[in-house]
Amino acid sequence: MQFDQILQYTLSGLSTGAIYALIGIGFSIIYNATGIINFAQGEFVMLGGLLTLSCLELLKLPLWAAIPCAIVVSAAVGILFERLAIRPLRQPTPINLVIITIGGSILIRGLAMLLWGKDTHAIPPFSGDEPIAIGGATILPQHLWILAITLIIIIINKVYFYHTISGKAMRACSYNRRAAGLVGIDVRRMVLFSFIISSAMGAVAGIIVAPLTMTAYDVGVMLGLKGFCAAIIGGMSSGMSTVIGGLLLGVLESLGAGLISSGYKDAIAFIILLLILFIRPQGLFGKADSERV
Amino acid sequence: MKRDLLLFIAFSLLIMVAPQFFEGGYLMNVLVFVGINTMLAIALNLLLGYAGQISLGHAGFFGLGAYLSGVLTTTYSLNPWVAMPVAAITVGFLAGLIGFPILKLKGHYLAMATLGLGIIIYIVFNETVELTGGPSGLSAIPNLQLAGIIFDSDVKNYYLIWGMALAVMLFSINLANSRVGRALRAVHDSEIAAQVLGVNARLLKVQIFALSAVISSLAGSLYAHTMTFISPTSFGFNFSIELLTMVVIGGLGSIYGSFLGAALLTLLPEFLRGANDYDIIIYGGLLVVMVMFMPGGLVRGIPALFRKVVEKVGTGHA
Repeated sequence: MQFDQILQYTLSGLSTGAIYALIGIGFSIIYNATGIINFAQGEFVMLGGLLTLSCLELLKLPLWAAIPCAIVVSAAVGILFERLAIRPLRQPTPINLVIITIGGSILIRGLAMLLWGKDTHAIPPFSGDEPIAIGGATILPQHLWILAITLIIIIINKVYFYHTISGKAMRACSYNRRAAGLVGIDVRRMVLFSFIISSAMGAVAGIIVAPLTMTAYDVGVMLGLKGFCAAIIGGMSSGMSTVIGGLLLGVLESLGAGLISSGYKDAIAFIILLLILFIRPQGLFGKADSERV
Repeated sequence: MKRDLLLFIAFSLLIMVAPQFFEGGYLMNVLVFVGINTMLAIALNLLLGYAGQISLGHAGFFGLGAYLSGVLTTTYSLNPWVAMPVAAITVGFLAGLIGFPILKLKGHYLAMATLGLGIIIYIVFNETVELTGGPSGLSAIPNLQLAGIIFDSDVKNYYLIWGMALAVMLFSINLANSRVGRALRAVHDSEIAAQVLGVNARLLKVQIFALSAVISSLAGSLYAHTMTFISPTSFGFNFSIELLTMVVIGGLGSIYGSFLGAALLTLLPEFLRGANDYDIIIYGGLLVVMVMFMPGGLVRGIPALFRKVVEKVGTGHA
């Protein structure tokens, strides 16, 4: 019985892991462009799911139109957030940035509670819910959607960062913001871009996971934190190592919940987070980096 | 120094006569909580405002104090006066132990790590059902007793809690003005510069973290013995954020600021009844507004604002 179970947990772990990976990449993109850990990242995940719901039910849009609509609105909230909270900050010390992004995230969550209430909402799966058997385990079509969409986003990301001018400019900012500014890159615009991209990615993660887990105004907290774990495991990279970090986290969590205790499922992620921060703060795959004073 | 002492005496007198005005009212009960929250805010402020190290997991230490006191006095029928220091020492020891690896981290990483720690503690409260009662909580925790007086009414609790809170305040003011306080501020401004000047920054950070945890634990024990009932929801992530809000609103690095922040955030929900679910939005808004427009908190922001207005009026007449 053990093997089938382990296969089942691994498969479902991979799809939640893909979600963590997307959120984690969102964290990394902003961190690399600005040095900010955006504590509000999880709220965009929540917005993605709930906005899709509103597009479906209030605007009566079909699913294929509701999703882009939700992504665009979430990205717009990302722009507002950067403009209203991050840019005007007079003393952008790390502690002030932590506090302001936390404040922003509480505000967004609170407004979502006003708009959508405290109930959990369901979004219909993208293509039915007929289970598919793989070996001794079964998965839902939505799991495949999650894996496929994550893969596509990672590819788009790669192309953007390595083959477009604006992506290369963004990478330049992450290496050295001043030097990037000196060669004529508009750093502030790149910061805004990073917020747009990561809020859109967060929204996508929230949309594709919603049919599986349902969504509510407060799902962003945990998902955001797990995404951050993924990013930490991946050493805050916006590439493959964060993806691996996310998948690893998803699988470990799913196995831990299934084989040890489901009550401690969330604790597993945070224990991993602490261990990585204590032992290898540069991430599982990164090289140790000495800090300049 | 003398001025500090006079200010403290004046403040203590004010606190001691306050019940005369609120006697018997529901507000007395709220003022007890202001006292507990003041202790917690000062604890966090010592860490965040003086040493410059953030913690988003302080609700965890508060909860550990409360649960240790609660479990020791109910399941193991220990005397509350014994349970309280036992809890505080245990929490201080744990904080010291975890402090070494956790305080190596800086800024955002420290924030995330302490947040994770707080959530792990919260999950443990929920999951160790045989010990803590799990989500349904722990009840029938005994009140404190001293020389035949049982602290079971709001007025008695007021004097008990505020006696402790004032002691914590006096201790913290002295600490801030001492050599240690100056070393902490040096670490705040630049850890490396502080180390060059001979401050053992790493040890100092761990010590202040443990001290802060001990004060939080004491507040937790007092909370358990005055409420006589505790459940995990009081010690979750939201409460850590609430504490952070108190410290930031009051003013980082100001002991009276912590009192101001604690008082404001404890009293605010009482005046906003009916909006009870939405108070979290107000916290979020307050955090954003304060950091943007009054980074020094109310204790510095209000006088600055006042001076500005006076100047405006002065030049207007001239």
